[in-house]
Amino acid sequence: MSLIEIDHVTRLFDDPKRGSAVKALDDVSVHVARNEFLCLLGPSGCGKSTLLNLIAGFDKPTSGSVRVGGQSITAPGADRGVVFQQPTLMPWLTVWENVAFHLTMQGVGKEIRRKKAQHYIEMVNLKGFENHYPSELSGGMNQRVGIARALLMNPEVILMDEPFGALDEQTKMEMHAELVRIWRDSQSTIVFVTHGIEESLALGTHVAVMSARPGRIREMLTIDLPRPRDSTSPQFNDTKRRILQLLRPEPVVA
Amino acid sequence: MTQDSALLRFYRRIERALVPVALLIGWELFSRSGVLPPALLPAPSQVLLAWADWVFATDDNTQTYSGHWLQDVAASASRVFAGFAISTVLGIGIGMAIGWSRTVERLIEPVLQILRPVPPVSWIPLAIIWFGIANKPAIFLVFLGSFFPVLLSTIHGVKTCDRNLLRAGAMAGGTPGKLLRHIVFPAALPSIFSGLRIAIGSAWMLTVTAEMVAVKSGVGYVLWDSYYFLRYDLVIASMVSIGLLGFLSDLAIKLFAGRVLRWQRGSTLQAKEA
Repeated sequence: MSLIEIDHVTRLFDDPKRGSAVKALDDVSVHVARNEFLCLLGPSGCGKSTLLNLIAGFDKPTSGSVRVGGQSITAPGADRGVVFQQPTLMPWLTVWENVAFHLTMQGVGKEIRRKKAQHYIEMVNLKGFENHYPSELSGGMNQRVGIARALLMNPEVILMDEPFGALDEQTKMEMHAELVRIWRDSQSTIVFVTHGIEESLALGTHVAVMSARPGRIREMLTIDLPRPRDSTSPQFNDTKRRILQLLRPEPVVA
Repeated sequence: MTQDSALLRFYRRIERALVPVALLIGWELFSRSGVLPPALLPAPSQVLLAWADWVFATDDNTQTYSGHWLQDVAASASRVFAGFAISTVLGIGIGMAIGWSRTVERLIEPVLQILRPVPPVSWIPLAIIWFGIANKPAIFLVFLGSFFPVLLSTIHGVKTCDRNLLRAGAMAGGTPGKLLRHIVFPAALPSIFSGLRIAIGSAWMLTVTAEMVAVKSGVGYVLWDSYYFLRYDLVIASMVSIGLLGFLSDLAIKLFAGRVLRWQRGSTLQAKEA
């Protein structure tokens, strides 16, 4: 049975200025099984972030259903940890307090929060920075804090919206390796939004290639390349070529 | 080069004092020059003598006020503190409610926006009728003057809270009440503190005004009473006292804000200065 079930989801955004509606998602169906690592890949405006927001509960579909673990999604909840495009940390809280924010929301005492946070801080390699404020850390380190915050909730699903988009190439590669390690260690299910073909191939067990206006899933690919993934190997490039073909604009029917 | 830097260091040390000292010397010289009768513009030295007696009862030149400074200051400060405390609690409370809830905003804001432009001083007649001649009308006036800066800055702080932080909070399982306490309030704090700093200035202004009219104690009362007795040295000593107290209470808020907002250190210009 699938953990995430998205069935025939359409999402229209009203455009009051023009009196029309923009179809961000058009009859999208995706199923994600437990322990899968799904990358939603597509150009800007293809509705991949919209789809992620529907799973997160920040947004509701115009029609169709979104369920996680059999439950219909109506609001955000701690069973779905989100790592945002920007780190979105509380600037007035230290690293460990940010990581333990979920426990603060539950009214858990300081000592337990501190102890639990430590485990995840070490998991994302931020030992020694527990008492720093977000403004004192680099973008990549802040993004690690965001990941630790999501992991601490021990969620059913981790949703990531281009979390490494603002990072330089080398930091990005390090983060990829670490994310794969964390995904394996924590046995979690991840949905990862990206517009980078190489990124999706470096990470995913599956890649959903999306097309824009209206947003649709063009194809769902299963990636069974050996890990650690070698972006220079022939198999990697074969898959990349295939995705590039899929992403090429559809021929206009005369 | 070493000589140069030593000179520069000396200059840096006295930089802040240069203009005040020059002004004082100029004032002293002008007062002694006899252009104006000395009674109308007392020299700083004379003000200092009056002040010293007011504070330490040195030579009894201020007569009934001799040695009463601390009492007068305590009377004014307690009014400022009471009115300011009420403003802080109500201003932050109501401001959070208005900033957070559209319904509350629509219900309360029109009334507040009509009351706001009414100068607090114009409430003095009603304040005296309602509360009599004592502490209460002064506290009421202080409250009126300091409430709106706190209110408006709180509303602004709440409204400019980053939506994405609220999303992150909701994702972490926060209920609206918890989000308000753990995200909206801390996010609004920098703005709230700048409101408090404006408010403390108004608070001193209105205490002194109220003491001139509706109360028979405090620094403002001494100022007005000395005016009747033509003691302009004491008038000026009162003015300087008020300035000093206003400065000190603002400094206290600033230092407190610097502690609470230490997370801003290194990320904003303002924090660097504090």
